[in-house]
Amino acid sequence: MDAPELIAGVRAGDRRALARSITHVEADTATGRQLLAGLYAHTGRATTIGVTGSAGVGKSTFVAALAREQRRRGRTVGIVAVDPSSPFSNGAILGDRIRMQDLTGDGGVFMRSMASRGNLGGLSEMATGVVDLMDAAGFDVVILETVGAGQDEVEVATATGTTVLVTTPAGGDDIQSMKAGLMEIAQVLVVNKADIAGADTAVMQLRALLAIASERTWEPPILKTTAREDKGLDEVSAAIDRHQAHLKASAHADEERRALAQSQIVALARGLVQRRALAFARAEGILGQLVEEVAERRRDPRAAADALVDAVQRNWSRAD
Amino acid sequence: MTTDTARNIRVLIAKPGLDGHDRGAKVVARALRDAGMEVIYTGIRQTPQMIAEAALQEDVDVIGLSILSGAHLELFPRVVEELRARGVDDVLLFCGGIIPQDDIPRVEAIGFKGVFGPGTNTNDIIEFVRNNAPQRV
Repeated sequence: MDAPELIAGVRAGDRRALARSITHVEADTATGRQLLAGLYAHTGRATTIGVTGSAGVGKSTFVAALAREQRRRGRTVGIVAVDPSSPFSNGAILGDRIRMQDLTGDGGVFMRSMASRGNLGGLSEMATGVVDLMDAAGFDVVILETVGAGQDEVEVATATGTTVLVTTPAGGDDIQSMKAGLMEIAQVLVVNKADIAGADTAVMQLRALLAIASERTWEPPILKTTAREDKGLDEVSAAIDRHQAHLKASAHADEERRALAQSQIVALARGLVQRRALAFARAEGILGQLVEEVAERRRDPRAAADALVDAVQRNWSRAD
Repeated sequence: MTTDTARNIRVLIAKPGLDGHDRGAKVVARALRDAGMEVIYTGIRQTPQMIAEAALQEDVDVIGLSILSGAHLELFPRVVEELRARGVDDVLLFCGGIIPQDDIPRVEAIGFKGVFGPGTNTNDIIEFVRNNAPQRV
């Protein structure tokens, strides 16, 4: 299938066309870029939800339960689940489907696993592109799940309309480490595994953290769930709906849309610049030479970085 | 200049039927991961429909089925049928587990290019997948 066929297929709700389109976008092929260009005008209708949190808080189970709740509300659901690639082999084991068994047979759900692939700035490119494809395919809700382990992952989760941060009662350290960015990234806070001891304490800790945050127009609710038993998801869905309504009604809605557009462009551009610059520096042997100089302490790393960027800049201005 | 990133081979590892012994499937999944592939592992007790639907949504290049219950001649053809019904006709199929020698020709006849019994060296499976996975995008 070529790009026009795939575009028509995605828009008609053809699942195989959607699956193959995602593969193209993920691999950043020429066809993939044509797909995004052709389909972007048809995006913006879906409610996009980012779900993030540390490893082991039950994100996959939570996402499955949230998807089931959305289905009960009569909405179709696209899911993109990102798992880390091994830094050693570049391979990955993507196991999110294990928690989403019952959704596999549901024609109103489409679930795709992605490996982060660890390439420079690449995750945001791939994941937001895949969310756009699902949006264009007509899903009412698109959920993007990432491990909130690194800057890249957190950034991706926040490129959605509503970001949900999942923690657990055992997540004290976790909350500590996230508190710096907590207020900024999440509009809905969830204490999952609320059936184990300490859930109320965790809620109180989160509330205390929120209390010292600066003034804001949206008050992030703190909700308890036991996703394994489908408990508490009704309230989470209601909170997401309220936030979506808030986004639309907000006096800053236009501003926020522009801020999101800017952060997407910048993230994509940063990835492109990095990859192109490094490809050039490698191909020309510039990087290798600088590596030698720094390794032998004939030049410091910062000066080497300057030299590399200068070389790239000279090359790019010549190309014009 | 091309910015195309390398396309990793994507493999679905699934266990059809009712036996719950997934040690072999997990060993294979891990070996393929360590060989740089992206492995979608779906767990035990998968129906043919679930396997085919997962393969479609994940757009995998390769499907590996592990079975120890003896129901392979019952379940494998149904997996192939379900794949075909969804238009998934360009994936590489292989299987492992307990497949009696006499059944291997029949399993191969319905489209399984590799049959790996107990004691197989995982390197043989990696090499098989690398050499036979379709290159599609």
